[in-house]
Amino acid sequence: MTTQEWKFTAKDIAEKSDLFLAGHRACAGCGPATVFRLIMKATRGPTIVTEATGCMEVVSSIYPYTSWAVPWLHTAFETSASNASGIEAALKIMKKKCRLNHEHVDVIAFAGDGGTYDIGIQALSGAVERGHDFLFVLYDNEAYMNTGIQRSGGTPHGAATTTSPAGKAIPGKLRYKKPIAEIMVAHEMPYVATASPYYWKDLIQKVRKGLEVEGPAFLHVFAPCPRGWRSNAAKSIEYAKLAVETCVFPVWESINGQCQLSTPSKLIALAPQKKKAVADYLQGQGRFRHMFKPQNKKLLEEVQRITDKRWERLLKKCG
Amino acid sequence: MQNILKQETMALAGDQAVAYAVKQSDVDVVAAYPITPQTIIVEKFSEYVADGEVETEFVCVESEHSAMAASISASVTGARAFTATASAGLALMHEMLFVASGCRAPVVMAIANRALSAPLNIHGDHSDSMAQRDSGWIQLYAENAQEAYDSIIQAFRIAENLDVLLPVMVGLDGFTLSHTLENVETLPDEAVKKFVGVRKFSNVLTHEGKTAPFRLDPANPMTMGPIALQNYYFEFKRQQEEAMTNALAVIQQVNDQYAKISGRSYGNGLIEAYRLEDAEVAAICLGSTAGTIKTVVDDLRQEGVKAGLLRLRTFRPLPVEAIRSALTNVKAVAVMDKCMSFGGNGGPVFHEVRHLLYDVPSRPYVLNYIYGLGGRDTSPVELRSIYENLQHILQTGHVEKPIQYLGLRG
Amino acid sequence: MTKQYKTWKEIAPAGVCSKSSIEFLTGDWKTYTPVRDPEKCTRCLLCALFCPDGAIHWHPDKADIEFDYSFCKGCGICANQCPTTAITMKLEQE
Repeated sequence: MTTQEWKFTAKDIAEKSDLFLAGHRACAGCGPATVFRLIMKATRGPTIVTEATGCMEVVSSIYPYTSWAVPWLHTAFETSASNASGIEAALKIMKKKCRLNHEHVDVIAFAGDGGTYDIGIQALSGAVERGHDFLFVLYDNEAYMNTGIQRSGGTPHGAATTTSPAGKAIPGKLRYKKPIAEIMVAHEMPYVATASPYYWKDLIQKVRKGLEVEGPAFLHVFAPCPRGWRSNAAKSIEYAKLAVETCVFPVWESINGQCQLSTPSKLIALAPQKKKAVADYLQGQGRFRHMFKPQNKKLLEEVQRITDKRWERLLKKCG
Repeated sequence: MQNILKQETMALAGDQAVAYAVKQSDVDVVAAYPITPQTIIVEKFSEYVADGEVETEFVCVESEHSAMAASISASVTGARAFTATASAGLALMHEMLFVASGCRAPVVMAIANRALSAPLNIHGDHSDSMAQRDSGWIQLYAENAQEAYDSIIQAFRIAENLDVLLPVMVGLDGFTLSHTLENVETLPDEAVKKFVGVRKFSNVLTHEGKTAPFRLDPANPMTMGPIALQNYYFEFKRQQEEAMTNALAVIQQVNDQYAKISGRSYGNGLIEAYRLEDAEVAAICLGSTAGTIKTVVDDLRQEGVKAGLLRLRTFRPLPVEAIRSALTNVKAVAVMDKCMSFGGNGGPVFHEVRHLLYDVPSRPYVLNYIYGLGGRDTSPVELRSIYENLQHILQTGHVEKPIQYLGLRG
Repeated sequence: MTKQYKTWKEIAPAGVCSKSSIEFLTGDWKTYTPVRDPEKCTRCLLCALFCPDGAIHWHPDKADIEFDYSFCKGCGICANQCPTTAITMKLEQE
């Protein structure tokens, strides 16, 4: 059944067996781990997963243990989308040659922000241009977390990381977060969406839509990392909510190029007074702590400015 | 005993011969990226695809790194995968080559051997594949377009053998072989398809406690390419080495089985010994240079010189016993390297031959000639001078320069 | 604790994993333990959905929630997200 037809409740999801199993070695309070669990609840049939090197890859596959109840392949850091290309091509031809025991197999490629914005972007762009039928999921914790919290193309303005520390001369990363979802929309691909694990129903529906699409789909999921963000482990999901409420990470979809806001962000568009100040989201995260010092006031203002600018741009696109 | 099949003589350059072999081998997925002098392989193959002559998913990837990633992932999903590259493209794949052999993916790849940059050079030498000799790939080197065609077909059988399960690269010299027309005897389509057969899968124990065919299949989930820590990584590497050892026998078997249907055999599949039985002086080389050396050897023999040639058809796994055995009576050996190992006291083939001869009861003189870099042509006269030097060494009992350059100005 | 690791001949090639991670109990990581007040709990199941470790299960036959402390890492997301503050994090006493 299609996403239009699939009606599900929290109980339905909770009753579905986990395909991303417990016993993985992610940190306590890991946002990406929640994201992975929810995404794997949204699968609709036979699925093969491939993943780039990164936190979730490492924590879920420490030999001899595996947290994957589906076929899973990891090869390298750049290769989530190129792996997906090879798997999809193999499935296609094996089906043609009557060597596949399944009517259809979904292919999901996971990668972190490092493996998507930076080292993985070539393979992603190539795979999308070639039109392979797969879903690419970016789990964005906004830095190279697995190697110890280094800045990536997805690290937001002002954030302190281990390669963009908040020092005496330079207060954190001064460059901006690459608008990766917009870049993917510019590829003229069938489905692009952003999601936040707090809005779990929206996330699951988007995964389904991505799987159903014939051709490439891209899902950008916000995934707070308490370790890297120096935030309270209990608040990972709370930050996933605040990011949407402050419009730092709006949730939307682009279906064949037509952009539309998803309900949580739409409610803010309709009632702008509901939009929270970015400071509400930034405070409590150690990576932004330096921004609350009086001498870094401009940094805080800049984050608000860029958030507002991108929000306005999104509103225009969504009509 | 099979009868040798009737074959069709086709005028093919090396690249075209490779493409034709791939066409006949029921390949499932071909990842394609252009790089001189391999490009004709993928161009030719794309014509077969466009004309509906093959049942293959042709993936025009956006770089060689992705070509190898896609080949590996297709292969472990259960498809027969092929790609081709050269020089910088092979270098770009470097990381993934180790992954291919670590994942035990039986990918077959043609390498139109070409020099590495910098400076940029598009012509033939062995620096590209020699730089990958530690990657866990089986390496075969073809002397001519005929052998390139035959070796590609054999490569699928070797790679997919359940005692091997290692990727195989077949080298053909850039331009010299890739772009030069030859008469190539080609087998009938059905014969090749039968020879390569349908891919079989070994059985592995998965985390579900089931034994299942080794491939990505939702019916039997398994995890491939995990992180293996200090407590296990070493053991996986040892497994690869075992597979390499098994490959020595498998390469010979496949060579013999292929000979039954084609009438063509390349030595014993590992090495080709040319007039070596009673040779006192010999050269060792890989690839097309062997063709020229054979004519030089014939000339020298006419003059009464006991000259011979040892061509290494298989470089990985290194056929240690076969080489030692072939050189039993040889007193002076010139190892030819179409590649440098900077700061390494000679070229890679020289290192390996000298090293494997260390333990033999009576060691010959072993010299190194570095030649042909960047497609520099090597004449019969120059090759002859090697033998003259070897004879001179036997007369004087003295090696002036163990490592020399052939054809270098200055 | 000494472990008996397998030899190179005994393991599957290509790193094919031989054990499910559900055999690796991460429950001993926690410092704080979630304790649920069944009276306050409305069985909304947000805790079960948000748990990064899948350590909270819904049992339809019992129509109730159960915490699997053998995997719970004590992150506190469940307590933080519970709309009726039915879950509190208590310091584990050794």
